[in-house]
Amino acid sequence: MRYAETGYNLEIDLTTGSIERVETDPKMMELYLGGLGTSVKIHWDRVGPEVKAFDPENLLIFSGGLLCGTPAFSANRTLVSFISPQTDLLAYPMMGGFWSTELKYAGYDKVVIRGKSPKLVYISINNDKVEIRDASHLKGKGALETQELIREELKDPKVQVAAIGLAGENRVFVASIEQSRSSSARGGGGAVMGDKGIKAIAVRGTKDVNVARGAEFMHHVQDLAKFISHRNENPIKEVMPIMSGVGSPQMMKHIDEKWHTESFAWGNARVRRKDFWTEEIDKSWTKSQTNAIKRFISCFNCPQQCGALICHEDVPPYMMKCFSKLTYAMAAFVDDLDFTWRICKKAFEYGLDSFSTPQILAFAVELYEAGILTDADFEGCPTDKEGRFFWLLDRLSRREGIGDYLADGTYWAARRIGKGAEAFDHNTTKKHEQMNIKLGMFDPLYFLMFATNEKISITQIEGNWPQAPFPSKEARESFVADWPQLPNEKFKKYFLDWEPRGEFANPYYPTPEIASEIVDWMETLHNIDDALGLCAGMGSFCFKPAYHIHNYPKFISAATGMDMDEESLKKIVNRSRNLHRAFNNRRGMSRADEKPPQDHWKHRFPELEEKLLTTYYQFKGWNYDGIPTRERLHELDLDDVADDLEQRGILKGGQDEKDDQNNQG
Amino acid sequence: MKKTIKTIKVDADKCNGCRACEVICSAYHAEPRYSSVNPAKSRIQVITHRLQDIWLPVFAGEYTPAECMGRDKYIIDGKEYDECSFCRAAFPSRGMFKDPDSGLPLKCDMCETDPPLSQPKCVEACLNNVLIYQEREEEVEEEVAQDEIQTGLEALVDKHGFQKVIDAFALMANRS
Repeated sequence: MRYAETGYNLEIDLTTGSIERVETDPKMMELYLGGLGTSVKIHWDRVGPEVKAFDPENLLIFSGGLLCGTPAFSANRTLVSFISPQTDLLAYPMMGGFWSTELKYAGYDKVVIRGKSPKLVYISINNDKVEIRDASHLKGKGALETQELIREELKDPKVQVAAIGLAGENRVFVASIEQSRSSSARGGGGAVMGDKGIKAIAVRGTKDVNVARGAEFMHHVQDLAKFISHRNENPIKEVMPIMSGVGSPQMMKHIDEKWHTESFAWGNARVRRKDFWTEEIDKSWTKSQTNAIKRFISCFNCPQQCGALICHEDVPPYMMKCFSKLTYAMAAFVDDLDFTWRICKKAFEYGLDSFSTPQILAFAVELYEAGILTDADFEGCPTDKEGRFFWLLDRLSRREGIGDYLADGTYWAARRIGKGAEAFDHNTTKKHEQMNIKLGMFDPLYFLMFATNEKISITQIEGNWPQAPFPSKEARESFVADWPQLPNEKFKKYFLDWEPRGEFANPYYPTPEIASEIVDWMETLHNIDDALGLCAGMGSFCFKPAYHIHNYPKFISAATGMDMDEESLKKIVNRSRNLHRAFNNRRGMSRADEKPPQDHWKHRFPELEEKLLTTYYQFKGWNYDGIPTRERLHELDLDDVADDLEQRGILKGGQDEKDDQNNQG
Repeated sequence: MKKTIKTIKVDADKCNGCRACEVICSAYHAEPRYSSVNPAKSRIQVITHRLQDIWLPVFAGEYTPAECMGRDKYIIDGKEYDECSFCRAAFPSRGMFKDPDSGLPLKCDMCETDPPLSQPKCVEACLNNVLIYQEREEEVEEEVAQDEIQTGLEALVDKHGFQKVIDAFALMANRS
């Protein structure tokens, strides 16, 4: 019997219409756990560097995580992985909701899709019965609307549906996959799904997920429940309210948006409005948000409620979560935040990423204002800010006129438009739009996260470590006093020493060595969550979270029956982390690509930045170019990966050469 | 005589649709206990229509062999419910509240066990206090049960005749 995992993947070839239920090798769980870990392994084995996003050979993998479907709270992530049309690298946006657990109950860990369907279809999975069904009647339908229509068609309200909207059908590079209250959005999974001719995947399952040592597992779950209740009653007092609990940042519950609206940049991530949050806005927004939010919504088996059902005036009901609440309003530079309730409904139905898309629309407005785009490009566009954004959103989703350029995202659109548009592409890394923040002083931790992580999107990299030092020593002392989630005591000292100004402040503190340790730790936590299918809001993207390095092994051991300690867990995720990097290296990614957004900080330190990168690479066991060394790959039982990289000339053999290269920094 | 009646009050307005109750119910009733999870086997099901703002936890009640013709709709607070949404019964044509493997009906047993739990597991798992466990004492007349048996037997006698019922009773007595 297989524990925690089902032991089966569903392999679907849309070109031939073949559907296979394939038993997986139990060894894979020992080596890679599941989720991102085992998905990366499949991509490495089966997707060569020559494969592009819209080739039939590009695999689109929908995966649950190892703990999805067990009683572990918040183990509900669906991880979608594919070569991104935007970055040409392996993307793996995740969504919460109810889909991956239903897939596990249907008896599968993953759905691995290859090929392309000649006509629009949807896939229906009901335990052992799997069908590719015609979806011509769903063409052009909204991503939320489609979910409801399929549930009606299948006559089962418990069917969980992941669907794309018009943007995905039109292969918009920032198209998302929508499901319940959640979105798998970054990197264009919706475009790959649309390219393959899949409108939706519906799943219903009524089978068991087995837990090896159930009573022991439940004991750990009860400890979690106690911790969560404790945290709900005792929010962390030293940090701002939206970050003071567990779960995703509580943007549906917290109304005061002074911090976001005044600290983050408006328009195409350009300008701060430092006096935006007036008393008047506070009053009207309080009323607006309170009225719009009809109910808070959880993901599967999660005691927190990070999403909400939105009912605003005549806008049909839909669901929202997190920072999508403000991204369009801030990018459009509107004064009336109510705009957000209206445009988000439309954007979610089109199926679009709420981080990238608003910036792309704002980028178009900037180009128009700069005279690079002309009246001819904007023919028929309303002149007011709100109307303009709706118009651009529509154009982008339909790939009509200038929308066809914008649909490829800021980086590619800038290059296709030319005429100096490239200078307006200032907030991307690896061709992907970043968070709309512009800051003063260079930050070594964020530099490393922006530059080196395979996730590319910063909100999915940062996490356990506070974003800035606390001004007072007392606050720092009280914060570290209760911080059992840290990997070791040294980290407490790093935090106590870190100050807003002076010798122990950014940019020179944390030092490159300390910064490497902290960033590596945060990245490890994300990799664990992504393999287990846990919400980052309960682990890696949360201050003092419920899941941490000292209790993950307990859950994994009890769920699977494999005895695991912290070191063996770290080794497993380090293995998949390095395989992931090798996969992207094989596609041409190297040191030259590892940069933060161009103008993220006003004050930059080129020499220090080089030193940081080199120090971090050494810490990770990567050579000067950011390629995992043979020694590191050997330690992780990945000798065949080293052979592959050497044969392709990506990894040059020889210890001496590596050392020489590392010394160049 | 006095009898303790155990009930679970459902404050559906507070439900966030997480289905933790389904997870714990199926895990608790797994054999061996907690060895597996399968929400389809849960004796509590959260009826969900997200965009209509319907999240309604319902407990499995008695099995009934009778088909129900219920097709009416109720509008409560602007939301339209099938009357079946509130029905606790498992019956032949209904998929809900049946073991997906055997097809046998499921019924909430309030997690009764020896020694007893302080409250059913779903109530404990619901950290949002949607499910509220209540006990109350009720005066129960013993004769009621006697009456019920008699009424039932009379129906059988009417249908099959006195002798057949006696034969069936004798056969059952021998078997036990």
